Amino acid sequence: MKKATFIAVAATATLMATAVSATTLEDVKAKGYIQCGVTTGLAGFAAPNNDGKWEGFDVDYCRAMAAAIFADPDKVKYTPTTAKERFTALQSGEIDVLARNTTWTLSRDVNLGFTFIGVNYYDGQGFMVKKSLGVKSALELDGARVCIQSGTTTELNLADYFTANGMDFDPVLFDTADEVREAYLQDTCDVYTTDQSGLYAQRSVIPDPEAHIVLPEIISKEPLGPLVRHGDNQWGDIARWTLNAMIAGEEHNISSANVDDLKANTKNPGIARILGTSGDLGEQLGLSNDWAFNIYKMVGNYGESFAKNLGEGTPLNIARGLNAQWNNGGILYSAPMR
Amino acid sequence: MTTDVQGLGAGDSKLRDPRVRAIIYQILVIVLFVAFVAYVGNNTADNLDKRGIATGLGFLQQPSGFGIGIVLLMDYSSQTSTHFDVLLIGIINTLAVSIAGIFFATLIGFTFGVLRLSKNWVVSRIAYVYIEVVRNIPLLVQLLFWYFAVWGTLPLWKESFQIGDNFYVNNRGINFPSIIPTDGFWLIPVGLLAAIALSVVVSKWARKRQDLTGQPFPVFWASVGMIVILPLIAAIIMGLPFNIDYPTVARFGLRGGWVLEPEFLALLTGLCVYTGAFIAEIVRSGINSVSHGQTEAAHSLGIAPGLTTRLVVLPQALRVIVPPLTSQYLNLLKNSSLATAIGYADITAIFAGTTLNQTGQAIEVIAITMLFYLSISLIISMFMNWYNKRISLVER
Repeated sequence: MKKATFIAVAATATLMATAVSATTLEDVKAKGYIQCGVTTGLAGFAAPNNDGKWEGFDVDYCRAMAAAIFADPDKVKYTPTTAKERFTALQSGEIDVLARNTTWTLSRDVNLGFTFIGVNYYDGQGFMVKKSLGVKSALELDGARVCIQSGTTTELNLADYFTANGMDFDPVLFDTADEVREAYLQDTCDVYTTDQSGLYAQRSVIPDPEAHIVLPEIISKEPLGPLVRHGDNQWGDIARWTLNAMIAGEEHNISSANVDDLKANTKNPGIARILGTSGDLGEQLGLSNDWAFNIYKMVGNYGESFAKNLGEGTPLNIARGLNAQWNNGGILYSAPMR
Repeated sequence: MTTDVQGLGAGDSKLRDPRVRAIIYQILVIVLFVAFVAYVGNNTADNLDKRGIATGLGFLQQPSGFGIGIVLLMDYSSQTSTHFDVLLIGIINTLAVSIAGIFFATLIGFTFGVLRLSKNWVVSRIAYVYIEVVRNIPLLVQLLFWYFAVWGTLPLWKESFQIGDNFYVNNRGINFPSIIPTDGFWLIPVGLLAAIALSVVVSKWARKRQDLTGQPFPVFWASVGMIVILPLIAAIIMGLPFNIDYPTVARFGLRGGWVLEPEFLALLTGLCVYTGAFIAEIVRSGINSVSHGQTEAAHSLGIAPGLTTRLVVLPQALRVIVPPLTSQYLNLLKNSSLATAIGYADITAIFAGTTLNQTGQAIEVIAITMLFYLSISLIISMFMNWYNKRISLVER
């Protein structure tokens, strides 16, 4: 698989010299779908359901982009990527956008040649252990064997945290989240560490979730968000404002339930602008004026997507916390749509 | 008429001369190839530049920042070590598992290859079943089996199998006491080297003596004796210059001593058992290729059965065995890159995996990794070719 992506890089970097002149939007419109990179399967964020259809919080973002561009949320093809392969896939042009709970860092933004278009989930790295170990704090983990998924910021934070606290650890690295979970469940490792959202997602599929606890410490900031390649600002703008539109929708109480009504009757100029009944925001992006309307109508706003995939009542049962709107105790804040 | 036929080309131009044309074609192919490589290289650099992706080997000097589970022969710290150190550790780990793997796979292969030919029906059937089962299951599946279903299901460390007081086997691997050198330890490896050198001299002397007098000399046992005794004497002279570190129970498993991690053990067992089956078939075919008349002739000359195998059958069988054996060794080395599936820190997992991902230097990292596998494979090939030449039939 890795060799395949490498060849893809080499091939696109070498042979596609003339093909890169068309913009990503034109390319996407020409082929008729968005190629969206997602995880190989993380419950709640991106995983195939029983019918084989991809579902989840990150999948909803891809669907929102398709709704904005094609007025059809199903015009997405999903490429499952491991943490290790995801960047090569985006660099090589194999995928158009990567929505794969990826942490926004300086070196990824600059050195790897990507543009992070925003944050769709504020997360932090945590630890999960078996209750039977009797560990109450991450500071008691000196000498533990830790299972990690390779190719993540998790690896770096873990090394930093243990060094800073003068503790030893023994890392064991796997390619996919499933292998990490399997090794953790077999007690080959004492600790499973990844972003807290990932820990909750993994705990939701463990046979006996009550036997495991997520430790209180959060050892890092993990702003997770979608990203695109450097070099095509128009495509980056579409990706950025799709996310902003989802967040702004919740802020302005525009949901899939009331969007038809609002479009016909709203007196609020801000909402009318977002929904495209006044102004030309969509055209400025190179899309139709009802792009945001389509997002709400076909996918829903940020809050709806969160509630459906991650929130209370789902197996993950994650509280909004930092991911609540700015006027509601969180730090979710969309730039103004005007 | 005859002169016409010859002069047909020469009269027109040099281009009709097949030798000249051959050279022109060769030059054309080389020019096209060089142009293609230049085009590809130039385009790659150009496109990487356009996408703002840094190039070059500067990333090797940057601190790595991540932890590695299995570090041999080196000091490694996530804060001060560089990606170059990661590369070295990856190489050492790959070589460690490959060398151990080649050794044990050869042992398993020769054992089962001979057992397969045993006159005992049960024994030969057991060897047959082993070979057929193992050869026909993909290696990756076998590795996952060894890791998750064999080593992973051993008892937890608190309930380890214990052999003696200080030897533990559990699902975190095998723990045993380690030797920590102190002052004066240097004499022990020196003693070992001296013993090996002496063994070589003795074996040469013994061969010469046997050629002259016909008297055999027990070279093997003499060498074993020297290799055991000389370092032992060295240790006693220096007053046992080492400490022994015993594994002790800590909060998270056993600490201290040496540990063979389950990832290493699973990869090693997987590679040996898999490659061993192929080697067994190669050994069987090699032995079968030596005609039975040779054995009968040796027996009728009164040569003992053990000596017959060692001096008559095996040298001839080796000529058939060695070339395919080489490619099995190469396969084992290359297959060790599947380590990444079961968490062993080989070059593919940590360098072509984590380093690639953290630095984004896909082309450089993969090129270095490929160069490594290529060089090691060529070195193994060269050694095996040398060995093959040494044992091949000398025609007079």
